[in-house]
Amino acid sequence: MNPAFSVIFLTTLIGAGQGLFLALFAVESGWLGTAPATGAALYVRGDFVALALLIAGLIASFFHLGHPERAWRAVAMWRTSWLSREVIVLPLFMAVVALHGVCHFSGGTSGVVVTGLAGAILCLALFYITAMNYVCIKFLQEWATPLTIVNYTLLGCASGFTLATALAASLEPALVPTLARWALNLTLAAAAARIASLIRNARLRPKSTMQSAIGIQNPRIVQKAQGFMGSSFNTREFFHGKSRQLVQSVKWGFLLLVFVIPAWLLSGSNVENKAAFAFLIQYIGLIAERWYFFAQARHPQNLYYQAAS
Amino acid sequence: MPTTTPAAPELSPSEVKTTTCYMCACRCGIKVTLRDGEVRYIEGNPEHPLNQGVICAKGASGIMKQYSPARLTQPLRRKAGAHRGDAEFEVITWDEALRQIEERLTHLRATDPKKFALFTGRDQMQALTGLFAAQFGTPNYAAHGGFCSVNMAAGMIYTIGGSFWEFGGPDLDRAKLFVMIGTAEDHHSNPLKIAISKFKRSGGKFISINPVRTGYSAIADEWIPIRPGTDGALLLALNAELVREKLYDEDFVGEYTNGGYLVNDDPNSPQYGLVVANGITPADNPHRNHSQLWWDAGIDAAVSNHASGCKPALNGKYTLPDGMPVRPAFALLCERLEPYTPEWAAEITGIPAARIRSLAREMGEIARDQKITLPLAWTDSWGRTHDSITGNPVAFHAMRGLAAHSNGFQTIRALSILMSLLGTIDRPGGFRHKAPYPRGTPPVFARNPVTPDAVKPNTPLGGAPLGFPASPDELFVDDAGSPMRIDKAFSWEYPLAVHGMMHNVIANAWRGDPYKIDTLFIFMANMAWNSSMNTSETRRMLNDRNENGEYKIPFIIVCDAFESEMTAFADLILPDTTYLERHDVMSMLDRPISEFDGPVDAVRVPILPPKGQCRPFQEVIVELASRLKLPAFTNADGTRKFRDYPDFVVNFQTAPNSGQGYLTGWRGEEGDKPMIGAPNPKQWDMYAKNNCVHQHHLPPEITYMRNWNQGYHDWATNVKLRRYGDPIMIQLYAEVLQRFRLAARGHGKRQPPAHLKDRIEKYFDPLPFYYEPLEVSISDKQKYPLAAITQRPMAMYHSWDSQNAWLRQIHTHNYLFINTKTAQAAGIADGGWLWVESMHGKVRCMCRYSEAVEPGTVWTWNAIGKSRGAWHLAEDANESRRGFLLNHLISDELPANASEREGRRMSNSDPLTGQAGWYDVRVRIYPAGADEPQESSPQFNALKPLPGTTKLHRLWQAFAAGESK
Amino acid sequence: MTQLALVIDLNVCVGCHACVTSCKEWNTSGVAGSLSDENPYGKDPSGTFFNRVQTFEVGEFPNTQTVHFPKSCLHCEDPPCVPVCPTGASYKRQTDGLVLIDYDKCIGCNYCSWACPYGVRELDENQKVMKKCTLCVDRINDTSLADEQRKPACVLACPTNARLYGDIHDPESIVSKAIRENGGYQLMPEWETKPANHYLPRRSASAIDNELSRKVEQQRPNTLKPTGAPSKP
Ligand SMILES: Nc1nc2c(c(=O)[nH]1)N[C@H]1C(S)=C(S)[C@@H](COP(=O)(O)OP(=O)(O)OC[C@H]3O[C@@H](n4cnc5c(=O)[nH]c(N)nc54)[C@H](O)[C@@H]3O)O[C@H]1N2
Ligand SMILES: Nc1nc2c(c(=O)[nH]1)N[C@H]1C(S)=C(S)[C@@H](COP(=O)(O)OP(=O)(O)OC[C@H]3O[C@@H](n4cnc5c(=O)[nH]c(N)nc54)[C@H](O)[C@@H]3O)O[C@H]1N2
Ligand code: SF4
Ligand code: SF4
Ligand code: SF4
Ligand code: SF4
Ligand code: SF4
Ligand SMILES: [Mo]
Repeated sequence: MNPAFSVIFLTTLIGAGQGLFLALFAVESGWLGTAPATGAALYVRGDFVALALLIAGLIASFFHLGHPERAWRAVAMWRTSWLSREVIVLPLFMAVVALHGVCHFSGGTSGVVVTGLAGAILCLALFYITAMNYVCIKFLQEWATPLTIVNYTLLGCASGFTLATALAASLEPALVPTLARWALNLTLAAAAARIASLIRNARLRPKSTMQSAIGIQNPRIVQKAQGFMGSSFNTREFFHGKSRQLVQSVKWGFLLLVFVIPAWLLSGSNVENKAAFAFLIQYIGLIAERWYFFAQARHPQNLYYQAAS
Repeated sequence: MPTTTPAAPELSPSEVKTTTCYMCACRCGIKVTLRDGEVRYIEGNPEHPLNQGVICAKGASGIMKQYSPARLTQPLRRKAGAHRGDAEFEVITWDEALRQIEERLTHLRATDPKKFALFTGRDQMQALTGLFAAQFGTPNYAAHGGFCSVNMAAGMIYTIGGSFWEFGGPDLDRAKLFVMIGTAEDHHSNPLKIAISKFKRSGGKFISINPVRTGYSAIADEWIPIRPGTDGALLLALNAELVREKLYDEDFVGEYTNGGYLVNDDPNSPQYGLVVANGITPADNPHRNHSQLWWDAGIDAAVSNHASGCKPALNGKYTLPDGMPVRPAFALLCERLEPYTPEWAAEITGIPAARIRSLAREMGEIARDQKITLPLAWTDSWGRTHDSITGNPVAFHAMRGLAAHSNGFQTIRALSILMSLLGTIDRPGGFRHKAPYPRGTPPVFARNPVTPDAVKPNTPLGGAPLGFPASPDELFVDDAGSPMRIDKAFSWEYPLAVHGMMHNVIANAWRGDPYKIDTLFIFMANMAWNSSMNTSETRRMLNDRNENGEYKIPFIIVCDAFESEMTAFADLILPDTTYLERHDVMSMLDRPISEFDGPVDAVRVPILPPKGQCRPFQEVIVELASRLKLPAFTNADGTRKFRDYPDFVVNFQTAPNSGQGYLTGWRGEEGDKPMIGAPNPKQWDMYAKNNCVHQHHLPPEITYMRNWNQGYHDWATNVKLRRYGDPIMIQLYAEVLQRFRLAARGHGKRQPPAHLKDRIEKYFDPLPFYYEPLEVSISDKQKYPLAAITQRPMAMYHSWDSQNAWLRQIHTHNYLFINTKTAQAAGIADGGWLWVESMHGKVRCMCRYSEAVEPGTVWTWNAIGKSRGAWHLAEDANESRRGFLLNHLISDELPANASEREGRRMSNSDPLTGQAGWYDVRVRIYPAGADEPQESSPQFNALKPLPGTTKLHRLWQAFAAGESK
Repeated sequence: MTQLALVIDLNVCVGCHACVTSCKEWNTSGVAGSLSDENPYGKDPSGTFFNRVQTFEVGEFPNTQTVHFPKSCLHCEDPPCVPVCPTGASYKRQTDGLVLIDYDKCIGCNYCSWACPYGVRELDENQKVMKKCTLCVDRINDTSLADEQRKPACVLACPTNARLYGDIHDPESIVSKAIRENGGYQLMPEWETKPANHYLPRRSASAIDNELSRKVEQQRPNTLKPTGAPSKP
């Protein structure tokens, strides 16, 4: 697939926003084993930042649309379309995040509990739904695995928790060690899952072959002409046209940026000073990760677009 | 703009008109749907006999031709001081343009008419252009046939009286085995596709013999790869096997060919090798003798051919009462074929001997064992009645893969003979003729001038510009034996150049050999690009001046519809209409679209008004002819005879009150006479009402065996398709060629100049033989080990479809296809840049590996590469930057070391017919350097858009009829 | 239930591209709205087409087969492109099985194209909506046309009649018969999309009653065995 930056930003930005919200929710419900934050500032700022990320992600997604003015139509097919569901759940989630922030700001305790819980559920659902957009295309074998859901969730959480750590550094320093530990653990878990998917994908044998594509049994089938010589949507959308080396270095790059460096930063001392940097590095890494996620997926349609002459 | 898909559209009403396509020379019937005066849709006309409703990629893209920004819209004159080729023009009016031409031509006609040369490309109105030239008085006229496929036409017409290429074809409705040789697309494209598909679906076996497997060959049951230029060897070996295995149709050979004719076998006789005449010349055709001798084995004596109750001896040696030793022609053929074994041919062609042997048997057995008999009673030329017609269901088709080699004429003779030995000529399941063919072997309908006094000031030419010489006496040479035509057709250099030699014109005119001309008028041919060999040099010649600064070719007029490479070299450009904007005829006097079962002709009628100042070329010709007062266009009182072209078409008759004109449909005052009849003023309306086509079905019993079918001959002479009703004997033995050979041996009134004697002696062999193509024979095959050829892409017509926004997306640039192993051995990567180099030049291009090409051959799609900026394409368009033209590698003349040259230049053409040897070039290949530009070479200066073409280079185009309103 | 479809006979397709441009021609001025071309006279021209003809080489010299392979939307019976569409612009019409796009609803998200394994959907880069073969819905539904004209443009254009059109659920239709009798097969059966369009494999000459021909035929390596249903013996 040819990675679309709109989609890369959409998924990484909302992932981080979702992770951040989850971190706030975990703090506030005491699930991290720490006392909740001392004041509302972390929650209000945190929700604000999460919302900002979600909005940025949403805006990015509009760049993917030929007709953004008709985007509202996308809610129609929630019964069948994961994309439609995403289009519904994402704004809902955003609304809840906003409310959650407002509740904290205005000190409404019951509101905080309700919106926190609702937000957490929507957040997890959104991870699932976002990932399912990719998982459900079964012939994109690199994507069609539960690992994709795990990865989307863990990577979002890892980046969100790293970001939460950074926010806490200025607002709630007491929370930093715990949040950092969680961020580290999530980063390591995400690394494990992502590496598992890399290993899996490296071993994939494409189910579709030249033989099944044109229905002829012969070991040697070579395309000579794809039917046109310039380009077409089918060559632009599904081929990244980058060299193997570049794709490989993106892989090593994201492993380093998403996992190794943030883990090192988060596990060291003086985390409160490094958390923001860790998030930045990790986020940049995630852009590379998501790029690779797309680039690595071999679409069976590509069998039909191999050569011009 | 976009509407909900299935909803009923709110669109303006549309109207449908019928006419005839001209996105190529196939000439399918089309229905054109218009909306708001714009073309909305062009589809095949189901009522049309030729294409039966189907259409091709080009035909369906006619809209983009009509609205192409490359269209010329105004007459243009080269700016004073600008060089030819620079494409610097100014707009002038038609009045000025016509006045300028009129003045020039009036002067030439009054002084030396042959200084005016008119050459036309892929046009289909040679009946008009030829008439104009003849009336003007110049012999310097021809169409593209000489560089196209004259070998196919001449090789077959001189042998069986008809040909593939529009005048006949394979009867695939009934054939069981179909062998297609050297054909990629051909003129009869849609009908051939319809027929091949039906043939395959009914279970017939389709074999393709071709160095390359594309298009039609792709769906062949068997592909037999062959080395280019070697088909002669294969065909001779197949003939030899048929004879050896006695698998030929003996009755057919005896009755319908000249195989039983007795040939003078006395080497000392001035008539050596000629068929012995029995002395009584029949009146049926003064030009062709039909009273020959057979040897009757029963009574052991010579008898008149077709003597009743007699079967001719086909073998043996005999002596006539006067002591003349004779042999049946067939015996001579057998003797000739003897050394041509499958093993011999295998060496040359690369086809395993076993397959050649089995192929001959397959053909012979299927022809013999699966005969078709039609219960049709007919009478032959000798008055004998038959109650049925038999066919041997083996059909062939061949085109330029055979024709475009300088050994093509003899190769095609070998093919014609193979078809004849199998007994498949104009019989069910074999080859079938189409009107106006069959004609004589050779025909007499057009007779070229033979002496210099045929060209006189202010006088029509003494003969037709083109003809079919049957002996040295019918050459067009002066007393010294030198050529009379600028292209040297019908001279001792190319005696049977029956379509002229357009590919020689520019070089000859530039050199003044055999003389200088003044005005060169080019219509519908891209002579500065794909229809010239040695393209770069040709472009230089077009722009070359003498010491006084005058152009060596003083004045060039080009009539074209688009901004081509050629228009850039014009002094005067006349903007033609497109096929949707004009009247046109596909005339029986020319190259109609007949079917096996009878004549068919067709017309075009205007569907749209001409764009800008465009004017149909036909109107220009009629206008000029009238202004010049050419007799056929002028009344006795000196007034203009025809108002315009449609008027001319209706009222012109081949001779006063002959009743024969351009069109065969709805003749007679009442419009009720097919073929022949008085002019009908409503003729155009009748065509327009009837799908623009006129088909005349003949009774089935006169649609077979037409070479010898008296019923057919009676009809054909009656409607003036043939002048004489004599039988058309298949020339297994080509006596015509022997006449030239005898001249080379010092016999007869006219003899070849000394330097051409050996050439005539060698190539004018009355029996088919194999020789390496001329260029190949003098190439260093170590240095240049590969043959380089081209194919027609089905979705592109020559160079002229690159201005078509849809078609150019299918073929935007071209690659050189090389067998994977060959390319790898040369270190060339798939998709990599390489140099292809011949003795004459080199071209840089891109490689595409292929398993569908014989390892000794490389090929590319023809004419995809373009000169920068031509065809109104952007300067960085792929056509010019990545596409390439193979023609830069192909020479128009044989290299200096050619044995027959002896210091004289000789065209790279077949020595008999002058057919251009496009597919004879030998090349080598090597990778381009990593530091070289990734761009095809050679490159030429960019052409600027011409005045009057559409300026805008839009980034987006989305055609929807009616939307622009 | 009706399922309209094309059946493409690779036994006779010569790769002429008539189906390609006749499709473009019919549809560009049709109700579907124009099919745009980018850089029509410039570098790397590119455009929206509903149908493309591709060429493959199968086997090795000299046992090479050149296969021309036309491909347009296969109107899958279980089309993965439809359920993913968030707007409902892509839909499968129950009445005749056509998979269609409502251009007025399409937001140009490209998602359906990702969900089509066959690479037949193309975003019109000018109008920014997804497009693809409609089976010429505006011809086959147009009752003002004569019956024999109520067929897709490409079917009427094809000079070799390699494109058959009909209802594959009607066992008596020409397409059902053609599939049955000639070993018609579907593309990429592994994804269970159940394409309605089928392809017919190359078949060998059957009408020749000649021992030698049969022998030659048998000796030739079979380069073109279809992976789908076995062809007729
Ligand atoms: N679409 C389309 N149709 C056209 C044209 C076009 O430009 N485009 N041009 C028209 C014109 S003007 C013409 S003359 C006809 C020509 O029609 P064709 O004769 O069919 O055209 P070519 O492409 O010259 O085909 C030559 C074929 O011969 C093969 N060949 C070359 N050398 C040899 C050889 O030595 N032996 C054998 N056995 N095969 C050989 C080539 O591989 C190629 O397949 O097509 C007409 N039709
Ligand atoms: N290497 C190589 N070269 C070849 C061949 C080959 O096989 N290989 N084939 C040769 C053969 S067989 C042929 S026939 C030639 C063909 O070569 P050309 O005869 O040069 O054919 P085109 O390139 O189509 O050029 C014809 C011209 O007609 C113009 N034209 C198109 N429509 C109209 C119209 O309606 N009116 C007017 N007035 N002009 C119009 C076009 O714009 C173009 O300039 O190429 C020859 N060249
Ligand atoms: S074969 Fe030639 S005449 Fe016929 S539709 Fe195609 S372009 Fe037109
Ligand atoms: S029109 Fe017919 S023969 Fe031509 S490419 Fe399309 S399917 Fe094949
Ligand atoms: S071929 Fe592709 S676009 Fe067409 S119905 Fe099937 S999945 Fe959908
Ligand atoms: S591009 Fe259009 S048709 Fe395709 S999924 Fe998006 S909205 Fe649906
Ligand atoms: S059915 Fe219509 S839309 Fe589909 S490929 Fe054929 S012509 Fe194009
Ligand atoms: Mo030609």
